[in-house]
Amino acid sequence: MSEIPGDLKFLKSHEWARVEDNGQVTVGISDHAQGLLGDLVYVELPEVGDTVTTGGAVAVVESVKAASDVYSPVSGKVVAVNAALADKPETINEDAYGEGWILVVQPDDMEQMNELLSPDDYAELIEGEDH
Amino acid sequence: MAVFPPGWVLMTKQTVFNATHRALGAKMVDFGGWDMPIHYGSQIDEHHQVRRDAGMFDVSHMTVLDMHGDKVRPFLRLLVANSVDKLTKSGKALYSAMLDDSGGVVDDLIIYYLREDFFRVVVNAATRDKDVAWITGKAAPFGIDIKERRDLAMVAVQGPNARDKVLGLLSPDAAARVAKLGKFVAADADGLFVARTGYTGEDGFEIMVPETQAVEFWNRLLAAGVKPAGLGARDTLRLEAGMALYGQDMDESVSPLEAGLSWTVTFDEGRDFTGRAALEAQKSVGAPRQMIGLVLDEKGVLRHGQAVFTAAGEGEILSGTFSPTLGKAIALARVPAGETGAVEVDIRGKRLPVRVVRYPFVRDGAAQAGV
Repeated sequence: MSEIPGDLKFLKSHEWARVEDNGQVTVGISDHAQGLLGDLVYVELPEVGDTVTTGGAVAVVESVKAASDVYSPVSGKVVAVNAALADKPETINEDAYGEGWILVVQPDDMEQMNELLSPDDYAELIEGEDH
Repeated sequence: MAVFPPGWVLMTKQTVFNATHRALGAKMVDFGGWDMPIHYGSQIDEHHQVRRDAGMFDVSHMTVLDMHGDKVRPFLRLLVANSVDKLTKSGKALYSAMLDDSGGVVDDLIIYYLREDFFRVVVNAATRDKDVAWITGKAAPFGIDIKERRDLAMVAVQGPNARDKVLGLLSPDAAARVAKLGKFVAADADGLFVARTGYTGEDGFEIMVPETQAVEFWNRLLAAGVKPAGLGARDTLRLEAGMALYGQDMDESVSPLEAGLSWTVTFDEGRDFTGRAALEAQKSVGAPRQMIGLVLDEKGVLRHGQAVFTAAGEGEILSGTFSPTLGKAIALARVPAGETGAVEVDIRGKRLPVRVVRYPFVRDGAAQAGV
């Protein structure tokens, strides 16, 4: 299991969120989640400008094994998507917390970030899943 | 909540290679009650390894039944829909379905003819209990001795270089004999039972090895450059090869004529195999459903259970996956008989066009014409 970066926050459904210096929030799926999904073969991205709501489906990651919705950790507007994933979805398998980011959201309200799990809480959550 | 009788212990079964898989970094999953490797890191890499070089699968969970007795052949004539009378040369194998009275598929299996009083039958793992009950029930009047060979482990070594790598591990004498094996023929060699069969669409062997020597044999294969591959890759390989999976592509609710398995049914004179009457009745009016191969050229993955729309009516995807060799999704679907016309599949609420193609989709490393 790879180290979870300390500046990330998580949803129980395995999405991560990172507040950037400019106040935007980068979103991806956790390393644990990519491990559960296995080799990714498609990523369906939203459009820049789309409105997203907390807990709403914002992207789809599809592996050989299963298709899975990606939920937005925050409400706001999509300001960037990782178009490179269209040709190289496996980037998420290789670097879930870095090059494998999925989208960037301009959040309506930064307070929402306080609702998310800390890295320690998330680590505990997935520990429990693994028995 | 399930209630189990006193003394019942819920435990997944393990093959002799369990610790070996774990040491190789396998992700283990429950498969029909067995703790098996789904992959050792990347299912797609393992798939390509088999298509391009050589990979090995632990298939020891499969059930090997040795049948001894003077009346094994007459028994098998009635048990399965293919004709064991095609088996005349020792070592020759036959793929067949075993049917119930209504023509539904109880299981698919491989029968090896070894001697007139000795046939070896390999059935699926997940259907083991059902099959053993069905077979022993039918065998009773024939006085056949049926032994389950749990003492044998089984390794499938598959890929364009698989045979050479196995031959390199055998004694010169055994290697010479095994090198001459035709497709779908088996022989004893150095205490192994080596069959030129498989479930990947590639050349190779399925090898039964006594459990006591199994791990050592696996490690020798590993040292010879044969890489381990999990059940994930086995599934994408077999689907590319257009091979049916029991429980997903067929079961008791369909006949072999509706499961793309007509080629395994022999209506030979005077052989009253179980399910024959039902199949003949279905054949005379035409099977109501058919199995077709589908390719999705757009992005997305075809998966089990998705609805399929054809000119003749609605059907569903049985086995669907992303094909690593083709770089797009493929599927086997069961749809109403007749002209299919333009076909669409419902993927997560969107209808996408798919092409109907002849399968196998991939054979011996290459995409087939029209796929």
